[in-house]
Amino acid sequence: MRMNCPHCGLRDVAEFSYVADALRTRPEPKATDQEAWHDYVFNRANPRGRHKEFWQHNHGCRAFMSVERDVTTHEIFSVEAIRKSSAPLKPKSKKGAKA
Amino acid sequence: MAEYSAWQVLKNAVTGNTGWKEAWRKPEPKPSYDVIIIGGGGHGLSTAYYLAKEFGIRNVAVVEKGVLGQGNAGRNTQAIRSNYLLPENQQFYELSMDLWEGLSQELNYNVMFSQRGCLNIAHHPAQLDQFARRGNAMRLNGIDAELYSRQQVAKALPGIDMSLDARFPIYGGLMQKSAGVARHDAVAWGYARAADRLGVDLIENAEVLEILKDGDRVVGVKTTRGEIRAPKVAVVVAGSTSEVMRRAGIHRMPIESHVLQAFVTESLKPVIHTVATYGGGHLYFSQTDKGSILFGGDIDGYNSWAQRGNLPVVEDVMSEMVTLFPSLARVRLLRSWGGIMDMTMDGAPIITTGPLPGMYLNCGWCYGGFKAIPGSGLCFAHTIAKDEPHPKAAPFTLDRFNRGFAIDDKGQGPTPKWH
Repeated sequence: MRMNCPHCGLRDVAEFSYVADALRTRPEPKATDQEAWHDYVFNRANPRGRHKEFWQHNHGCRAFMSVERDVTTHEIFSVEAIRKSSAPLKPKSKKGAKA
Repeated sequence: MAEYSAWQVLKNAVTGNTGWKEAWRKPEPKPSYDVIIIGGGGHGLSTAYYLAKEFGIRNVAVVEKGVLGQGNAGRNTQAIRSNYLLPENQQFYELSMDLWEGLSQELNYNVMFSQRGCLNIAHHPAQLDQFARRGNAMRLNGIDAELYSRQQVAKALPGIDMSLDARFPIYGGLMQKSAGVARHDAVAWGYARAADRLGVDLIENAEVLEILKDGDRVVGVKTTRGEIRAPKVAVVVAGSTSEVMRRAGIHRMPIESHVLQAFVTESLKPVIHTVATYGGGHLYFSQTDKGSILFGGDIDGYNSWAQRGNLPVVEDVMSEMVTLFPSLARVRLLRSWGGIMDMTMDGAPIITTGPLPGMYLNCGWCYGGFKAIPGSGLCFAHTIAKDEPHPKAAPFTLDRFNRGFAIDDKGQGPTPKWH
């Protein structure tokens, strides 16, 4: 299995690690619905076929990506960087801090 | 008189082997049964056997998509142990251990159960402390455990790399002497034949296409060999649980399906006398009665429904095996294969009534289901027959996650790839 990293190109799967199921949606942090949190934390659709998942290119650019993959054939349909912009995040400037 | 015995072997030797019956019938499915069990693997077959033997429910069908025992029952590394930390797991797996000890006699089928011990090797002092803690917890609950020194490990596993300048030098280990191995096919075939003789219909090549419902209540199954009805339908399909539950209209389960690979080498003279595990990574190995070294490591680490794995894990497992036994570096690998594991959110199985009325569920064996085949079958048969859990399987309900009673032996949290 090889994965097309949006930053580094086609690389062996050994460079990547699987992070988590991307079909779930996290409830709002202040939500108090026990069922919604239980469903998010413990339940999975676990499809046989096309699946959406988060991966990290941890032996490459270290970026997180969203991957659509067939879990029966290992065919990869799309790999997208989660952070769309390639510009580095601007650090918040503190008053009086040295550049 | 026992169907298989020395006397029968002698008798058939002089009568041209005409006295043997087929191990199980090939019945046509009847329109209805008292209980339908979906899944003809080790757990499904043992459930059918104990339903018939212990609870007198003999009008039972086991429906299997392929042929019996060719899923995970034919793909495991056949280790049997009960060396867990948490009391829920200890008492449950120890029940199986008790049943294993008399299983060949009970089934009149030699399952080749061999109590050669299971040794977890520790590679740093903190790990040995952790093993001591687990060993003490086991002993408190009546399970044998022995903390091994470096010298004892060296004696138990001749040929192991004991050098102090190894990347992960060996500090000691934890031995459970009552642990061991059994012949995996014999377990499936033994339960199948014993269940068949008690009147259970084993229906092969019947894939369940839909679980039939009347309102919410489960009333039967639609298979590739026709409709079969029963007031009780039990699902025991391991890695395929999520898919079969979808056919009953349940779309979310606390399960992820992952692929686990296993490997055997060419046959060697006896070199490894116990089951053992490597604590510097994740590797477990034993030597089969044929002489092959049978071993495996981690799951591939991402969801997979393909019964084959990828190469990075092959490389990882091989390097661990060679690290521990440099002398085996030039032994040739004979075969590798993969099976689909039903990984739960806490690493413990699920044996429960429901989640729909008329339905019973046994799943979530992660990659430790083989050793639990006898106990799982007995507890699940109890659950089906009495509509309440067996006392030793009572903690393993489906709603434990919602109630906050997860049984997380490794303390990894709801991340199935790490259990």
